[in-house]
Amino acid sequence: MRTRLRKWTLFMGAAAVLAFPLASRAQLSTYDIQTRIGAESHIGNVTGHAKDAAPPYRRYCVGCHGPLGDGNGENAPYMQPPIYQQPRDFQLGIFKCRSTPTGTLPTDQDLFDAITRGFDRSNMPQWNTLSKQERADLVAWVKHFSPRWVSEKPGTPIQIPPEPEVTAERIKAGREVFARVQCWKCHGVQGMANGPSASTLQDDLGRPIQAFNFTDGSRPKCGDTDQDIYRIFMTGLDGTPMPSFADNIKPEEAWDLVFYLRTFMSQKSKEKEMAKQLALKPVDPNAPAGQQ
Amino acid sequence: MHVSSRSRLRKAFHSATSLFSLALVLVLVALTCSQPANALPAFARKYGLRCSACHESWPMLNYFGQKFKDNGYQLMNDRDAPIWQNPGYWPVTFRITPIWHRVSTGKVEVDTYAGGVTTGSAIQRISSSGFDLSGLDFHTGGTLEKNISFYLLPSSDSTGAFHFEQVFVRLDNIGHSPWLNVKLGRFELDNLLSEKRILTLTGNGGIYQTYHFIPQGDGNIFGQIGDNQLGLEYMGHSLNDRTRISASLVSSNDGNVNLTLGANSYTGFFAGSQAFDTGRLGVQRIGFYAMAGEAATYYLTSGGVPIAGSGIGNKSFSREGFVGQFYFGPHLDLTVVTQHGSDNVWFGQGYGNAIATDGNGGTTCAGSAGTPGCPPNNVPGSTLPVGSRAPSWNGATFEGHYVYSPQLIFITRYEAERMSQQANGPGYAGVGPTGLLGESPSNLGNISTYTIGFRYNPFMTSRAGLAWHNEYNWLHQDGTGPANPFTGIPTNLNTSELLMGLDFDF
Repeated sequence: MRTRLRKWTLFMGAAAVLAFPLASRAQLSTYDIQTRIGAESHIGNVTGHAKDAAPPYRRYCVGCHGPLGDGNGENAPYMQPPIYQQPRDFQLGIFKCRSTPTGTLPTDQDLFDAITRGFDRSNMPQWNTLSKQERADLVAWVKHFSPRWVSEKPGTPIQIPPEPEVTAERIKAGREVFARVQCWKCHGVQGMANGPSASTLQDDLGRPIQAFNFTDGSRPKCGDTDQDIYRIFMTGLDGTPMPSFADNIKPEEAWDLVFYLRTFMSQKSKEKEMAKQLALKPVDPNAPAGQQ
Repeated sequence: MHVSSRSRLRKAFHSATSLFSLALVLVLVALTCSQPANALPAFARKYGLRCSACHESWPMLNYFGQKFKDNGYQLMNDRDAPIWQNPGYWPVTFRITPIWHRVSTGKVEVDTYAGGVTTGSAIQRISSSGFDLSGLDFHTGGTLEKNISFYLLPSSDSTGAFHFEQVFVRLDNIGHSPWLNVKLGRFELDNLLSEKRILTLTGNGGIYQTYHFIPQGDGNIFGQIGDNQLGLEYMGHSLNDRTRISASLVSSNDGNVNLTLGANSYTGFFAGSQAFDTGRLGVQRIGFYAMAGEAATYYLTSGGVPIAGSGIGNKSFSREGFVGQFYFGPHLDLTVVTQHGSDNVWFGQGYGNAIATDGNGGTTCAGSAGTPGCPPNNVPGSTLPVGSRAPSWNGATFEGHYVYSPQLIFITRYEAERMSQQANGPGYAGVGPTGLLGESPSNLGNISTYTIGFRYNPFMTSRAGLAWHNEYNWLHQDGTGPANPFTGIPTNLNTSELLMGLDFDF
């Protein structure tokens, strides 16, 4: 009898342990979500209302993000890495592309820009044909899926200093930053996404994820201006292995790194020309620190 | 009133009430169960987007769908090339519509009989109804490589006779610029209100009269902007597709293959539009189009029969107009297309389509030009009758939609085509190509047509599409009915069509 009781206790304990991570990811109910239907967004002088966004969400978004915004739309099962990434789970309130520090909520403008810009190498297209009002409404709708927007405020956008002039010294300095903070571990020494850790990368939900390949001509997910690239590594891509380097890279060093990363990209650029003239060699991971 | 009859009446009343309630419940269920609609499944399957993302209601495009098309059927997500697709993916969609329809033509001259022998003729209405099929379309389109797209559409009529409705290859975003796209093949002209994506299906309502209007007796079939044309198109657009421009150079053969017509004549088509964001009302678009071309009126003959491909003696024609797409919130929209058209005086006298093609590459006249059923040929020395004028006209199409949801759309359309100058003017002598003696009435050939209907998509996936389609069309044309036996003046003709069908694609 005691043995049976112990087995039963063990079984229940194991079940509780197993259930915990599942419960922590439990879907929010329609009722929970509906309580936040009053969510708003503010994009310039346009105010978006979640209550007005149901029709465009159903028309454009529900097939991937699902009726509950949990990323489980009818097409989600067919979007698998490495070719595609699964649709965002809005209920988690975690977003890659932000102007705000890591761990904080994005601003309304960040979400608006993401909807407008879309995401390369995913099935999220550029929704720039929608009216500004529709996109603002959709931002409010995205926010109403997660309780984080009730309990937290968006972070303060990071300050990006004015972009300096590109010089050979800055590109070389960027190379040193690239080596020091070990970008190559994931992105590879030539930016080809083939670093030693590349094959092991997973997002926070345990799904395989690829490092960005700078050389294949594709655009960085969160925008392709110099400011966008600066922002990406200074805020990190939340929910992915790409951390924020705000504590490890000084603002002027960050610009150096931007210039160095440009040398990998297939698009024509001043940086690429300079790197060719400098005959820059890829960093050497096996060299002693400081001499890579 | 007897108790029993009162009781029967009450029962009947209850039954009627129950039936009405049931119908109301069914309608409400249909309305409340609406889900986002689906559309051309080949693209939906490729991109995993529901068809409602691109279609106002399948098959009519919304602004996002228009941008997708303008990008060469690409989302521009670096996953457009077929190398990224599952190797088993095959970009084919078929579409056909089993229907029931009733067609009624107001005035048809029919033979009358007495005692088994004909006694003359009479005018009467002919109505016919029954189950039928539409033609079959095999759509296949997509990308051959990033920024190289294609479309191939073998299409049949309802008997299964096939032709190539659309075939082209398009080089997209040349030099990484959305302003430089070039298409070669047989394609739809850059009409903002696309006839190939029309929401109605009847014989009269399934085309835009404004896109196909030809004055009575006119021989110019080459100015039909609704027909797919053979040629080359340049197209450019802004990144968000708010600004669009295009220019096409096409053969003046109305899309007919084998160079039977217009071997030496070309037509230009130009279109441009600009969209404006108007807040809660939506995005409004206004634009223009213009077509200017020349087409042959004289074909070399052999034994009096025109030789295909030998067209010379080019004469000019033009079509131009404005287009507006106006949204009044998320549910209501109105599209307006206007047109001013004019043909050279020779076309007005029936010259032009001397080969008499049927629109699909076939010919309908094998005899000598000018013989009954065959258009005239502008052989050397031909002269125009006194009083001949260049025909011109004005037309407009108004099409409104109430989009309850992508699953349920109500459609209404009014079109008016009005002659402003008849080919047979004052002093015209003899019988013209219209078959009428002397000057033509000013309203000859004018068209008014109304269409109403709705389409309901009962289920929603991004894999296949089905629409329950209902439509009624009424068309009125001045002076094209049989002549009044007493006055000899042609009567007006009314036709109507009621259609119900299941429009499906996979």
